Amino acid sequence: MAEVPNNLKFLESHEWARTEDDGSVTVGISDHAQGLLGDIVFVELPEVGSEVNKQDDVAVVESVKAASDVYTPLSGEVLEVNEALNDSPEIINSSPYEDGWFFKIKPNNIEELSELLDNEAYQELSES
Amino acid sequence: MKKTYLNEFHVNNGGQMVDFAGWEMPVNYGSQISEHKEVRENVGIFDVSHMAVFDFAGSRQVEFLEHLLPNDINKILASRRALYSPLLNDKGMILDDLIVYHLGDENFRIISNCGTRDQNNAWFRKVALNFDVAVDFKEEASIIALQGPKANDHLNILFDVALEPFHIKNLDDVMIARTGYTGEVGFEIISDASRGFELWNHFIEKGIKPVGLAARDTLRLEAGFNLYGSDMTAENHPYESNLGWTIDMSNNTRDFIGKSALLDLQSDSKKLVGFHTDARGVLRAGTEIYFDGGSGIVTSGTWSPTFGKNIGLCRVDNNYPDTGNAKLRDKEINLHFCETNFLKYLK
Repeated sequence: MAEVPNNLKFLESHEWARTEDDGSVTVGISDHAQGLLGDIVFVELPEVGSEVNKQDDVAVVESVKAASDVYTPLSGEVLEVNEALNDSPEIINSSPYEDGWFFKIKPNNIEELSELLDNEAYQELSES
Repeated sequence: MKKTYLNEFHVNNGGQMVDFAGWEMPVNYGSQISEHKEVRENVGIFDVSHMAVFDFAGSRQVEFLEHLLPNDINKILASRRALYSPLLNDKGMILDDLIVYHLGDENFRIISNCGTRDQNNAWFRKVALNFDVAVDFKEEASIIALQGPKANDHLNILFDVALEPFHIKNLDDVMIARTGYTGEVGFEIISDASRGFELWNHFIEKGIKPVGLAARDTLRLEAGFNLYGSDMTAENHPYESNLGWTIDMSNNTRDFIGKSALLDLQSDSKKLVGFHTDARGVLRAGTEIYFDGGSGIVTSGTWSPTFGKNIGLCRVDNNYPDTGNAKLRDKEINLHFCETNFLKYLK
């Protein structure tokens, strides 16, 4: 199991959000989620520049076993996507909290962060 | 949930356990892709003791099997061999698929799927009554599959046997068959649980990796083997399930269950064929396929670890052309129809 960094906030649907120094927010899926999916073979990422609303399905992650929608934990503009995932989606399995990030958002309303689960609450949920 | 005698091994060795037809089985031990590749390139072992082993007693077993199975048991009487056959009901629809093994003399063994074990147990008993054949359902049997290009080397360390495909060797406490569900050279080793435990531990000590059900599924699909319950059910007959070759009508006097229904069937309007696509994404079971003048449905679909793309089986109208289309998350996907054995076709 990958160590869960303490500065992450989570959606119940297993996405994490991390606020960066420049005010942007990076989004990925949890170690628990990648474990449930198994070997990941494709991702579909959102378009850079698109406007997304909290809990829109904006990306898809597909493993050998199943395809799953990825929801955005925050509203805002997509600033950047992790192009490396297109060729090497297995990075999500090996590094869900670092190299396996999905996209970065310029949040419209940073207050939305407080509506997310903290690490402890998420761990409790994912273990139940 | 039911457990095989190796359950504790699976749990203690990283097996991600799932409910498979009422059995707690390992779906993978970490990465199904690594396990798949290990079998294609080297060797792996599978615990498939959840499958059902039936032995028979009585002097009329040949007659019983001639009637029970659409494939003709007489094909394997001359040598100790295994024979693949579907199991049909009297409407000619598929109840299961299985392998029957000739143990020697007039003795036979059937190994069939896990999800159909109770159905088959009842069915065999009902049919066997007419032939004074007794059915022995060996619920505690061990089945270990040793599969991969190096399987022979590892088998030979333990047993002095050389087996051609679909041949078997029946020793005192273990039956070895050169059969499998991966498309590789391989063996299935049937014994009681205590002997199975020794064999399993021996293979693990030799460094052979255990392989879970998820890799078993991608391996069989690359080899074009049907999965009962997905690619064929009791709603399908053999001719629309790529199993016409198992229906042996060569002996006019042999009356097997489902024969008259199959003879009455109108020309088969559907076919089970392979498909592959380079599109990003995986067309999975249940996805509709369409083309000019016809349509079909995906019965099994996966991402192929060997070929790095989406492959699968689909049941389509007989007039299918070279290519078809399907929808995947609102995207239009173009796919190619092909033979079912991807290991040969895509090589």
